[in-house]
This record gives sequence, C-alpha cells and structure tokens, in this order.
Amino acid sequence: MSRFLGSSITRKITMALLGLFLILFLPVHLGINFLLLKSDPEPFNKAAHFMATFWLVKGFEVLLLASFLLHIFYGILLQIQNWLARGKQYKITNYSQTSFFSKFMIWTGLIIFIFLIIHFMNFYFIKIGWVQGDPENFYGVAHQLFNIPAYIILYVFSFLILGFHLAHAFWSAFQTLGWNTAGLSPVFKVLGILYAILIPLGFTLIPLIIYFS
Amino acid sequence: MDFKLKIWRQKNTTAKGRFETYNISGISPDASFLEMLDILNDQLIEEGGDPVAFDSDCREGICGMCSLYINGRPHGPDHGITVCQMHMRNFKDGEMITIEPWRAKPFPIIKDLMVDRGAFDKIIQAGGYISVNTGGVPDANAIPIRKENADLAMDAAACIGCGACVAACKNASAMLFVSASVSHFTLLPQGRVEAKERVKAMVAKMDELGFGNCSNTGACEAECPKEIKLTNIARLNREFYKAHVS
Ligand code: SF4
Ligand code: FES
Repeated sequence: MSRFLGSSITRKITMALLGLFLILFLPVHLGINFLLLKSDPEPFNKAAHFMATFWLVKGFEVLLLASFLLHIFYGILLQIQNWLARGKQYKITNYSQTSFFSKFMIWTGLIIFIFLIIHFMNFYFIKIGWVQGDPENFYGVAHQLFNIPAYIILYVFSFLILGFHLAHAFWSAFQTLGWNTAGLSPVFKVLGILYAILIPLGFTLIPLIIYFS
Repeated sequence: MDFKLKIWRQKNTTAKGRFETYNISGISPDASFLEMLDILNDQLIEEGGDPVAFDSDCREGICGMCSLYINGRPHGPDHGITVCQMHMRNFKDGEMITIEPWRAKPFPIIKDLMVDRGAFDKIIQAGGYISVNTGGVPDANAIPIRKENADLAMDAAACIGCGACVAACKNASAMLFVSASVSHFTLLPQGRVEAKERVKAMVAKMDELGFGNCSNTGACEAECPKEIKLTNIARLNREFYKAHVS
C-alpha cells in the first residue's frame, strides 16, 4: 500500500485530479459572474445567496477548499523534491524544446494563490464572518471593486497568469492520468489551449465592460 | 576548425570541481565530438597533464555510454543522436563549447565528465526483465502479436539507458527511461504476465533512488537520442494505477 500512497505517480495523479476538479469549477464561477453584467443586482445576489446556503453547494465548497489546499500542498512538496533531485545546477541551463509554461508552474501557482487570498478577503471571508461586510450584497462589492483601476489591473494580470498555468495544466493532467495516446494527446493540447484562453478571457471581460460602460 | 573548450574537471566524487578552459585547433569538421576530445586528451598527455575522463564505448549510438551535456543540451546540438554520433561541423569555427557532466543527485560524478548511472541498473534489476525461460530461438510467429503493439514495443525498446532524459529534465526525473522499459515489456504477451509487479517495483525503486517527479515538461523527449515518446510516460501512469487498483 505504501508503494501506492507514497509513490510519486500517486501524488501526481492526486495533483491532476484536484486540478481537473478546479478546472470544472471555473466555468460555473464564470457563469455566475456574468450575472454581474446585469444592471439589476438581484440575480447575482440570489445566485451568491444560493451558493452560500444550499447544503449541497456547501458540501461542494468544503471539497473545493480542500482541493485548493491539497493542490497547493502537493505542488510545493513535489517542487521541493524536484529541486533537490538536481543537486548541483548546470552552468548553462537547458533550453530544449519543451512545454514553455510547464517551467513556471510553481510561480504562476504562487501568483494565483496570492490573488486568491485577496479574492477571499473581499468575498469569502465576509461570508464566513472573518471580515466585516454585507454578505447579501456581493453584487455591490464587485461593482465597487470593478471601478478601481488598480484592482482591475491586478484582476486582469492574475487571470493572464491563470491562463499561463492552465495552458500547461490541462494537457498535463490528462498525461498524468495516462489518457494521452498518440491520437488523443494533440486533442487535449488544443482543448487545453482553448480553455486557457476562453475562461480567463471571460473573467477579465466582465470588469472591463463594467468599468467602461 | 578551432575551438575553445570549457570543461568541468573534478578529481573524484567528493572533490569540489571547477571549469578549465582549453584551446584546440586543426580539428576536421568531420571529426566526431569524442574524437575531438581524444585529440585534446593526447595533447594533455603529451604536455604531462591529466586527460579529461569521459564515458564512451561503441561510438555508434547503440550502447548508451557517452554522456556529455554540451552548451546546455544533453548529447549536444543535433537532434535524435548520441554525442558519439555528433560531428564538429555542428559548431561554428572558433566557438566556445561548454561541456558538463549529467547533473542529477542519483548520478554521482566519478571523475570529470563521467557519472555513475548505476541507479538505472538498480531500476532495471527491480523489474525490467521477464522471468520466463525463453529457451532457444523461438519461431517469431509462434505467439501472434498485433502489429501496432509490436511497433510500439520495438520503439520503446530502442532506449539505450544513456540518461539524457534525466540530464535534460528540470526535475532530474527518470520517468522517460522507466516508461520505455515498462512499455517495451507491457505491450508484449511475454512481458504482460509480470506487468503489475514490474511497474510497482520499478516506480518504487525510481522514487527511492531520489529521481525527481515528472512535470510533463517534455525536455526528455526533446533530447532523447532514441526519440522515445512522452506517450510512454502516459502508458506508465496508466499501468501504474491499473496495477494498484485492480
Ligand atoms: S529514454 Fe532516451 S534519453 Fe532516456 S535513457 Fe533511454 S535513450 Fe537515453
Ligand atoms: S559511445 Fe555508445 S552510444 Fe555513444
């Protein structure tokens, strides 16, 4: 059993599954965010309220948080092992043809994590009562934030970085799960790139539309 | 052709080591990289110096002994060949060439550019074999094997165990090597019998020896002299959890 649980491949499969779960969650979040474009705050607040109170979603929320934390934990653990495995560094670093974004996963991950903390301070921590604010009017909070240019820049930047992270993550998850055959690998690559462009684009368009309209 | 060589020199495993620069001239563009080093070593011996230690054996790309990290790439600038097959015409006249050993914790340096790749042997010993006695030369068609599987197994079996994949990988991961061996056996009926035990044992050994974790970067595939494909790593992952779950 320890040959299974302690194995590098098991850790990576865990990383991949958690990552895919987060990948599934993003479109749901984006869908709700689109309600921010309506001039009526009611639908968005209702959706947020539903997400905050419906028991099934609450269970899902715990799962989601745990996924984030475990994904981050394993990511750091694997990265440290990887740094140690080299020992002495090369004088001339390798520049072979590789998946470009894969080289920076730990750093793009770190930036996303920082954004997530800010995001939680603005919303999630209000909901659970750690930070003062009205949990029934997230529409108002979002619209307030989306009128601060500095926040929008930070927001757009974070999603650009998320796109970089996803550009490698999507295909990589299927590779780790062992689904990448000669035929399927290019399909996952294209789907991954599309996902990495469309989802962050969707997220960033919302504050831009709100700010400029 | 003339070159300036910057070579890693290290007396033994524990010594500190440093780069030394050498000038070499009158090299034919058709000389192989290792012949060029032979000429350098002749020079060094004549001058009473210590020749540069590096590994080589067959010098025709089949044994996997040669192992030099040249200007930031395992096996040098050409694609799909070992360093012993690479010629000096791949460099510009007067170029500075930096030569380093494979760098990975599980591959300790023996001397200069020679590293101990015994870790690979240990992984093979853990499961890279079949235990059935095959007897004399069997009839090639006695056991029917699908053409696609035979081809894939043959491609995977092309791995020469050189370690360039580990050297190229930013994580010093041995996944490409292990996946080549696992794929080669697992795709054939003779190897299928012990498939589960094999993949478990080889992966456990790989982890135990301190190789890094694959992050699907693909530097291994890009640098492998035998062009072993990343799809083998996907197969390894698949075989791994199939072996543990079922
Ligand atoms: S997979 Fe390629 S690079 Fe790695 S040991 Fe085998 S032949 Fe060398
Ligand atoms: S010396 Fe045998 S492969 Fe290069």
